[in-house]
Amino acid sequence: MQPTHNVQRLLDLYRTMSRIRAFETAALTAHKEGVVPGPLHVSIGQEGVAAGVCLNLTTEDRITSNHRGHGHAIAKGAGIQGMMRELFGREGGHCRGKGGSMHIADFSVGMLGANGVVSGGIPIAVGAAQGLKMKRSSAIAVCFFGDGAINRGPFLEGLNWAALYTLPVLFVCEDNGVSAFTATESVTAGPGVIARAESLGVPGVTVDGNDVMAVDEAAARLAAEVRAGKGPRLLHAKTFRITGHTSTDAAAWRDPASVEAAKKRCPIDRLAVLLGERGVAAADLAAVRSAAEAEMAAAVLDAKGAPWPDEAIAYDDVQDVGAVAYAGVSA
Amino acid sequence: MSGQSVTLVEAVRLAALQEMRRDPTVWVMGEDVARGGLYGQYKDFLPEFGEERVVSTPISESTIMGAGLGAALVGTRPIIEMRIFDFVMCAMDELVNQIAKIRYMFGGQAKPSVVVRMPHGIWRNSAAQHSQMLESWFVHLPGVIVVTPSTPADAAGLLVSAIRSDDPVLFFDPKNLFPLTGEVASVIEPIPFGKARLAREGRDLTIVSWSAIMPAVEQAAATLAGEGIAADVIDLRTLWPWDQEAVLASVRKTGRLLVVQEAVSVAGFGAEVVSTVVETLGPARVKAARRLGAPRIPIPFSPPLEDAVKVTPAKIVAAAKAAMG
Repeated sequence: MQPTHNVQRLLDLYRTMSRIRAFETAALTAHKEGVVPGPLHVSIGQEGVAAGVCLNLTTEDRITSNHRGHGHAIAKGAGIQGMMRELFGREGGHCRGKGGSMHIADFSVGMLGANGVVSGGIPIAVGAAQGLKMKRSSAIAVCFFGDGAINRGPFLEGLNWAALYTLPVLFVCEDNGVSAFTATESVTAGPGVIARAESLGVPGVTVDGNDVMAVDEAAARLAAEVRAGKGPRLLHAKTFRITGHTSTDAAAWRDPASVEAAKKRCPIDRLAVLLGERGVAAADLAAVRSAAEAEMAAAVLDAKGAPWPDEAIAYDDVQDVGAVAYAGVSA
Repeated sequence: MSGQSVTLVEAVRLAALQEMRRDPTVWVMGEDVARGGLYGQYKDFLPEFGEERVVSTPISESTIMGAGLGAALVGTRPIIEMRIFDFVMCAMDELVNQIAKIRYMFGGQAKPSVVVRMPHGIWRNSAAQHSQMLESWFVHLPGVIVVTPSTPADAAGLLVSAIRSDDPVLFFDPKNLFPLTGEVASVIEPIPFGKARLAREGRDLTIVSWSAIMPAVEQAAATLAGEGIAADVIDLRTLWPWDQEAVLASVRKTGRLLVVQEAVSVAGFGAEVVSTVVETLGPARVKAARRLGAPRIPIPFSPPLEDAVKVTPAKIVAAAKAAMG
């Protein structure tokens, strides 16, 4: 454990992970009730990666995310009410009800968007890093993607490019072992992400993504190197998605023993044990969890009561020139 | 200052040069741009602007396109050079799913101010992968502006507008017309999108066209004039938005419409023009509404085969006469 891991920092990580878990649990429940439409991809079990990485970022730093991006958005500081309303497709959502779960963005905190295309955020983060460098900004770009993304071209193109131009970008491969429903190992040639990154001149580090302190330590070091102008770095965080690919996937295809084992490695519970050893009372931890649950319950209540967007806004924000005007509806 | 007579490729070079001097957030990225671009459209940019603003990239179209978007999201204005239109297919996700969607999907938080330059059209004996005209695909795509100039002055003025636009602009450089010469003002003023250019005035027939086939259309119109058929020739210049008013006003006058496109006729933009005119004016007021384009085959290599596919002045004259019939 690093000296930086004082109890306060650990509690920050614990709070962030608890909020992500509570948000997604509430969203799953609401989805089962039928009040959250569309596909919902939750990251239950993976909270340590989002929390550990984003604790090392400022609001000015930019992140891009994938289709499983609630945790990244929350850890980056996105407003919960705007997120929940977005999931519900209501007015006041961060994207005005036009994006939904897969496309949550909150530019006000540097969250440049979740992305419905595997590896889609990689070139965008690389370009954001290039733009930040051009503007002499001290901010960096961070790109979250899954292990499935390393088999798509943009991963290879993006890392090559970032290394070539010494860009300030931290690539974070959140490795839950599955590409949608298929074991990534079974569809990946060679030794995998670190070897591929290093072959392109991007140094990489593998950590246990369910050990939030390990993620925090590695992210702190790598982000500092990126900030110092040393070029891109890759953090490979091994984790486990306890739930299915989407909210409607019961994950019956999974080996139950592996799921049970993963639950025992839950990053939140593991940190709770450690905090207990550091003298934090169980009641204090329970209070953090229940505050998070209450926050999300209130957000669900707010979202349920929020109005639907006016039909006219479907025509907004397409483009300035050549936009199609709203013509109203004839009864 | 007075204008000068320059080639089309020099005209677009001057336009990009003017805008990069005016706005330090404008920059260019793409394969070989530091050595001046494939056609010389960025000649001498590197010494003036340096390698941070003239970025020669790897052959990585996905990342050229996606990185352009990312750079726009942090407040710069990249010109994304695709080298040849045909290679945009290697970056379709980044163009269609990301650039065209991100503003809408994120509820207006982003304005992806990029210009994507795609030299397109039949390029003598360059065969099926270097000669395509698929501009109609992109008119079908909400969120983008589609620009298809045909003269040096128009290309320059429209490129200035494209670089200043907050909307993403797909700029189809007519690469076969790069050597065409014409007057360009010493200070290039922006040309608004959606305003057609009346290339020739007539009363008998409206001919609508755009991009690299325009010189053939004007040549055909001159031949027709010699035979007593006076055509209104409209160069649309931009396909989205497009100048429906100019076309409708002309067809109200002439009653006859011929759309000429270098592209494959089937499901091309000509169909959009014809159906808009017929829907708006009603069939009774349109005595003829026709399309002329390429057959639905890839562009062949061999000169006589390529010639067979191409829309020529003679074919345009024949189609115009058929419309008069």
